[in-house]
Amino acid sequence: MSEMKTIHSLEELEELAEVLREEQKSKSRITVCTGVACSSLGSEELAKELSEESKNLENCEVKKVGCKGLCALGVLVEDDKNMYHSLKKDDAKNLLAMMEGTQESSEYILSKDIPFYSKQKKIVLENAGYIDPDSLDDYIAADGYKALFSAISDMERSEVIDEIKKSGLRGRGGGGYPTGLKWSTVEKAIGDQKYVICNADEGDPGAFMDRSVMEADPHRVIEGMAIAAYAVGANKGYLYIRAEYPLAVKRIKLAIKRAEKFGLLGENICGSGFSLKLDVRLGAGAFVCGEETALLSSIEGKRGTPTPRPPYPAESGLWGKPTLINNVETYANIAPIIRNGGDWYAKIGTESSKGTKVFALTGQIKNSGMIEVPMGITLEQIIFEIGGGMALGREFKAVQTGGPSGGCIPRDHLNLEVDYENLKSVGSMMGSGGMIVMDESSKMVEVAKFFMEFCMSESCGKCVPCRVGTVQMYEILKKISKKDGTRKDLALLEELCDVVRNTSLCGLGQSAPNPVVSTLRFFKEEYENLLVESRCHISISKEA
Amino acid sequence: MYVRPKPPSDDKRFKQLMREMKRHGYARNSLIEVLHSAQEAFGYLEDEVMKFVALSLQLPLSKVYGVATFYSFFTLKPQGKHTCVVCTGTACYIKGADRIMESIENEYGIKDGDTTEDDELSLLSARCFGSCNLAPMAIIDGEVAGYLDEDKTLKWLKGVLYV
Repeated sequence: MSEMKTIHSLEELEELAEVLREEQKSKSRITVCTGVACSSLGSEELAKELSEESKNLENCEVKKVGCKGLCALGVLVEDDKNMYHSLKKDDAKNLLAMMEGTQESSEYILSKDIPFYSKQKKIVLENAGYIDPDSLDDYIAADGYKALFSAISDMERSEVIDEIKKSGLRGRGGGGYPTGLKWSTVEKAIGDQKYVICNADEGDPGAFMDRSVMEADPHRVIEGMAIAAYAVGANKGYLYIRAEYPLAVKRIKLAIKRAEKFGLLGENICGSGFSLKLDVRLGAGAFVCGEETALLSSIEGKRGTPTPRPPYPAESGLWGKPTLINNVETYANIAPIIRNGGDWYAKIGTESSKGTKVFALTGQIKNSGMIEVPMGITLEQIIFEIGGGMALGREFKAVQTGGPSGGCIPRDHLNLEVDYENLKSVGSMMGSGGMIVMDESSKMVEVAKFFMEFCMSESCGKCVPCRVGTVQMYEILKKISKKDGTRKDLALLEELCDVVRNTSLCGLGQSAPNPVVSTLRFFKEEYENLLVESRCHISISKEA
Repeated sequence: MYVRPKPPSDDKRFKQLMREMKRHGYARNSLIEVLHSAQEAFGYLEDEVMKFVALSLQLPLSKVYGVATFYSFFTLKPQGKHTCVVCTGTACYIKGADRIMESIENEYGIKDGDTTEDDELSLLSARCFGSCNLAPMAIIDGEVAGYLDEDKTLKWLKGVLYV
């Protein structure tokens, strides 16, 4: 890297990538997962130890990489032949012996043919777990920045947008708005200054996809943003990242610096006159800031309260200028789409939802971890094939998607094919991608109360239906869960769901009733069994 | 011409804060960034710090206070020597985060957001650290503690407190 100089053209970039790939081929590589789960199991120590122990081996390099996905079986380490699992921090010597074949290794080898890996399709996560996130060399060797440079040198701005439209990509932050359409609105908006923003305020509890993408492959997000900026005509951008993700912040900041140093960002990129300056803004722990107008207020240094739309940010966004806001995963899809073409992407997925989706699979499930699957895969395949079924040998009860804005999907709907419309049809939503699996021990009224408590304390207080409605709904849920609720309370709860949903100012309030509505739809008997009336009924029938 | 205020004391941390504001060109929209740095330096946002920031950025104190209280990441109370932040996200919740919280509350006689009288421990909760595979988890003095149960949590705390 030290000899690397500013890259001026696509040819130079491709030449460099070729050199770097040759260099990599000449070495054997050991990659150690240093995602959050593996780190907490001592993968940093293991990597250090492995580097020490392998010093004398010829042409061997040990790399610390981002999340390899199957967090439940950490620490994960991979060499050119095999993946090894369940390692401990002091296993370096044993592991090297296994790799040399001088020690029995079968119980540590994880086959890549298991459904956890074979049923996945990786686009966003293609580099995650293989490249060193802090190394620009690694990213360039993996065709990094090629899409940006070919867009700038070979494509008109409108052609880039057409390609994204063709791909059918929709916003991965949860709403599912067609990305190409959003881009073309910003491109058409009149203004001397335009902005691109990356929404990395991943606030849904139980969701960590964006975190993993930023930590495992930060340059991919930056490249996606740069292509977007070129297409819509922006020269300044912000990544709004949660302060709870210090490592992601560090990696993104470093990636920006490195990219700037080598002319992949900054002034006059690829000699085209196109310039882009990117900056990081820290969130400060407010869920509502995931809502785009609230996010804009926060970047402007104000309280993160939403404003009514229209005007949409595409016309009047940051400081009143046309602004493009997309989520981390959406940007992470851009470079592969430009590299392989929109048609290639559109071949994956369902009629209405193209491509893949990254999910954070957690809860009472065996193979918890991070997965990427083609749209249209069924919930059953995700939970019982990829996820390996329930942990602790318990019965499946429901799967929660969409965070506090989503719903709980019961067993009867396990054959549902995952896409935006289907999830909505069962009262949930795609959301950003948290998928929390619950077993029979989870009580649905409690779960609804948990999410309502969340929305109540995260309501920004600007509009009455959300500020007051969530408190009232929470109080009723509390009353019911204490077995003090009556039929009248339940009816009022249902009415409130309707009012809050239809009259709140922003997405937070509009979707806050969802967990209640969906549990009422599929698990109404759990509510009814807790009511005062049904208790009386039971005690009377006992006496009789 | 507007004269920027002098630091209220010769505490080095005010100098540091001034430098940070200068780096942002005293822009009002840098308020959140500035408060992040202030909290990092002082540990919490005391009144004097907020007043100084307000004067320096030419913002009404009410605006600064409004922002500081809106975002849960900012704290207006001093923290104890040690902090324990229990994750209360969904994955942690269904695996028993409430029981972990309760066990700490009972053991040390403090509630979420409080600090023990001897300033030894602050108990906090967070919405989700995105470490759901380790559920239920907490961050104790910056270190990730995963797969917790009541006993494990109290044992961990005993290992760092009063030593």
